[in-house]
This record gives sequence, structure tokens and C-alpha cells, in this order.
Amino acid sequence: MDQLPITFKHWLVEFAPAEYQPLVSAIISTAAIIGVFASLFALTTVLERKGLGRIQNRYGPNRVGPFGFFQPIADGVKALIKEDIVPRAADNLVHFMAPLVLVAPVFLALAVIPMGRNLVALDMGGGVLFFFAVGAATELSVFMAGWSSRNKYSLLGAMRAIAQMISYEVPLIISSVSVIMIAGSLSTVRIVEAQAGYDGGLPHWFVLTPWGLAGFFLFMIAAAAESNRSPFDLPEGESEIIAGYYIEYSGFKFALFFLGEYIGMFAVSGMAITLFLGGWHAPFEFLTWVPSYIWFFGKLLTLIAVFIWVRGTLPRLRMDQLMNFAWKFMLPMALINLLTAGIWHLLGPGFSRWLICSILVLGPYWILGRALFQAKNVGKRIYQYAE
Amino acid sequence: MLARFIILALVTVIGAIGALSLRNLIHCALSVTVAFAGLAALYLQLDSQFVGFAQILVYIGAVAILIVFAVLLTRGSEAPEQSILSSSWLKGIAVALAVFGVLAGTIVRSSLTHASLPTAPEFSIRQLGEQLMTKDLLPLEVIGLLLTAALIGAVIIAMHDKEAK
Repeated sequence: MDQLPITFKHWLVEFAPAEYQPLVSAIISTAAIIGVFASLFALTTVLERKGLGRIQNRYGPNRVGPFGFFQPIADGVKALIKEDIVPRAADNLVHFMAPLVLVAPVFLALAVIPMGRNLVALDMGGGVLFFFAVGAATELSVFMAGWSSRNKYSLLGAMRAIAQMISYEVPLIISSVSVIMIAGSLSTVRIVEAQAGYDGGLPHWFVLTPWGLAGFFLFMIAAAAESNRSPFDLPEGESEIIAGYYIEYSGFKFALFFLGEYIGMFAVSGMAITLFLGGWHAPFEFLTWVPSYIWFFGKLLTLIAVFIWVRGTLPRLRMDQLMNFAWKFMLPMALINLLTAGIWHLLGPGFSRWLICSILVLGPYWILGRALFQAKNVGKRIYQYAE
Repeated sequence: MLARFIILALVTVIGAIGALSLRNLIHCALSVTVAFAGLAALYLQLDSQFVGFAQILVYIGAVAILIVFAVLLTRGSEAPEQSILSSSWLKGIAVALAVFGVLAGTIVRSSLTHASLPTAPEFSIRQLGEQLMTKDLLPLEVIGLLLTAALIGAVIIAMHDKEAK
């Protein structure tokens, strides 16, 4: 049961002549990734709209199909048959390429994420490096979309998006370096293997250590900013710059941007699961009979639910708050966390490393939080005109 | 193997030529990104994962964005009306060909090209990391110090002078 997808794939590959077998194997893996994650995208859009609806005290989509669950099909048909409008002043080639440059790398990033025991499309030595390298291409696509539209708003949105992505890429990568350091490998498969085993009923996941917990939170915050999710969705900023860099996109190109954004969110959540949440490992020893891919996708859906919950709860940040948060809080915390992970490794097993590393994580958090809050001079709010 | 090399080399060279000859500066920047991507693919084709991914991460993720930002912040993105080719392009090509001839002649006559190629060494990212952390630790630290100094210098230059107000 656990190896069902892999045996099925081997069975399919057997049909091809021997010389074409590697090619057929690669095509099957690619088709599976695209199929599974595109359907997950469709499911997530309807779940997100329904979840946000409930948070905002309304029903959300409920007309198409049972409980509105066929809404994505209606949306897809609408996006396909809508007229594709390109502004007359736009740079045609760049305008056309931008959504493709976004969607291709985010699907590539999914290739290195282990979704189950032996269930990884591409097990390479530098898996984590590959993930971040292809992620870098999305910044360029955002710029291409913003610039080629010849629209002031879309250019502003693109500038905001790139500034935000570059700023948050630093804590994102540094917080994952601590995991790479402890696991001693850049390969995603090795990192998941390093988190195998149980101790006193608890799994050996990196999130259950002081540096891992801090790293996980830093990674998830940076991931939300990287995928332009609320509360970091200033590049879209409907109220100020209408829709940011994809203001001039309509029809299926807009749908591709939407798809790219969500697949990027899945990819970065999958990376968080691989690095901190034990990959496809079960949370308890007596649950290991459940197939590994069910655990991976269960964790993925949980993280997506958290993203939806955060979007429904938190207001959008202001640009200066966003930058201050990245450089004054996230970056120092990520660097201290890297140091903590090193100390954790050097101290060896025992109670002392729990104490010392907890202090090393909580102390800077408290001091930084206090210092940044006091520097803002937040006092009693004074109303000037509303008496 | 050869077909793959030819395709990647063509992508790289066409990207580089586009970067030199296109009128719109942003198009040039995007074109040079294509050349960067082609180079990264060439490294990967030579089984050098680390260099290939570092090329993508640094050159496409950072340098290309930096170029684009610099262009946008310093001048308008309108394409120039007149030809961008310099009037002395014939002389330029002659000089370039002469340099190419000298370099190619030297390489062809060099004893290194005729020596039998050693078998490709087994190489992994782990070995690279261990090398950097043991034998080449001092150069690494010096580079780190240099980059930190450059970073602090850039921040100081960009900082507002509060006393001047």
C-alpha cells in the first residue's frame, strides 16, 4: 500500500522499450506532479474561498455542484474562454513570456520534494540548492510582468514584489541552512531520513528542538512573504495599486499567475515539511502503517489551512513595516538561530543543550522584540480631529 | 552529448548577442539573463551541480535583478531612436577577430590541449564543503570579512545624514 504509486509507475514503464524507459519514467513523474498539484490547486481555491467566507461571516461559493465544490471547474472554463486582452503599448513577447517563466520553475521546484517513501521525482545531491535556485527565477517573472504591461501601477507592484522577495529570501535560506548543517546533507531525501525514529513517543522531527521550532516559524513567515501571501500581499495591494504586477493580465494568463502563486505556496510548504516536519514520517510510532504519502499530503493541507487562517485574520502590513521586520527582526533571529543549531550539535545529547539552546532562542527574541517595540515610541493614541 | 552542448551553446551565444545588439536596455538585461541560464545549463551538463545552481541563484536571482533595477532607477526605459551601433563597428570587429585569432592560435598550439584528458574526478558538494571548512578556511573567512565590510559601507553611503537637516 505504501509503495503503490511506485509499483504502479514501474508497471507502466515496463511497457516501453528498454531504451526509452528513462524518458517514459520522467514523463510519468512529471505528469503525476502536474496532475496532483493542479487538482490540489483547484481544491485549495474553493476551500480558501469557503474558509475566508466563514471567517468573514458569509457562506462563500455554494452554487456550483454540491456545496459549491465544482466552482473551480466553472472558474477554469471562464478563464479559458475569456478574451485575452494585451495593452496596445505592452511589450508583446515579454508580456507573453512572464506567466510561463513563473509557472515552469515552481513546478520544477516540486520535483525535489519527497512526498513519500521513495516517492521523489529527482533525488539529487544538491536538492535544497536546486529548490532555491529555481525559486530565484520567479522574481524575474514578476519583473517581466510588471515592466512589460507599461502601466505605472504594475511597475510599482513589481518593484514592491521584488524588494520583498529579495529581503525575505535571506532569512528563508539562512533558516534552512541550520537544518542542512545538522542533517549534514543538501539532499532532501537525506534530510527526511535524518528525522526518522521515535524517542519516548515523540518523533525526531527538527521542529521539536529549540532551534528547529524557531527556524520553522522563521521559515514559514519568510515563505508567506516569498509567495506573496497575506499579510505580506502588498505587491497586489488592491486598495492602493489595484492588483500590482498582474493588473494587465486577463483570461488564461491571469489564471496562470494564480496557479503559479498557489503552486509556489505548495512547493515552499512542502520544503518546510521536508526540513522541519519530518517529511513523510508519521507523527507517532503506532501510526506508521498509514501510507507515507498520506502523511505528507495531510501535513501539506494543514499548512495550507494555516495560510488561509492567517489570511483571514491578519491585516496587511505597510511597506516600511515589512522591510523593518525583515532586516531588523527576521535576519538577526535567523543568524542567531544558525549559531544555536551549531551549539546544539556541539553540546551533544543531554539536558544542558535543551536549556542553553532554549535560552539562546528565547533571549534574543525577547530582547529584540522589546528593543524594536520601544524604538517605535508607541504610546497612548492621540486623536487629532476625532474628538 | 554533442547535440546537447550545441543547443546550450547556441542559447548562450544568442543570449549574449542579444544583450549586445538589442535597442531597449531592459530587453538587453533579459537577454543577458538567457545567456546566464545557458551557462548554468552548461555547468550542469558537465556534472557540476554546485556551480550550476550557484550560477542560477547568484546571476539570475541577484545580478539580473540588480541590472534591471539599476536601469529602471537611472534612466527611462524608452528605446533610443538612433542606431546603437557605434560608427566604428568595422574596426571593432577587426580588433575582436584579431584578439580571437591570437587566443585561439595559442590554445591550439598549447601542449595542454594535446595531453590526454585525465578521467573526471569523483566530486560532490560534500567534498567542496569539507575543503572550504578545513584547508581553505582562511581565504573563506577573509572573503566573508571583505563582503561584510562592503555591505556596511553600502549601508553607510545610503543612510540619511541626520545632522545635515
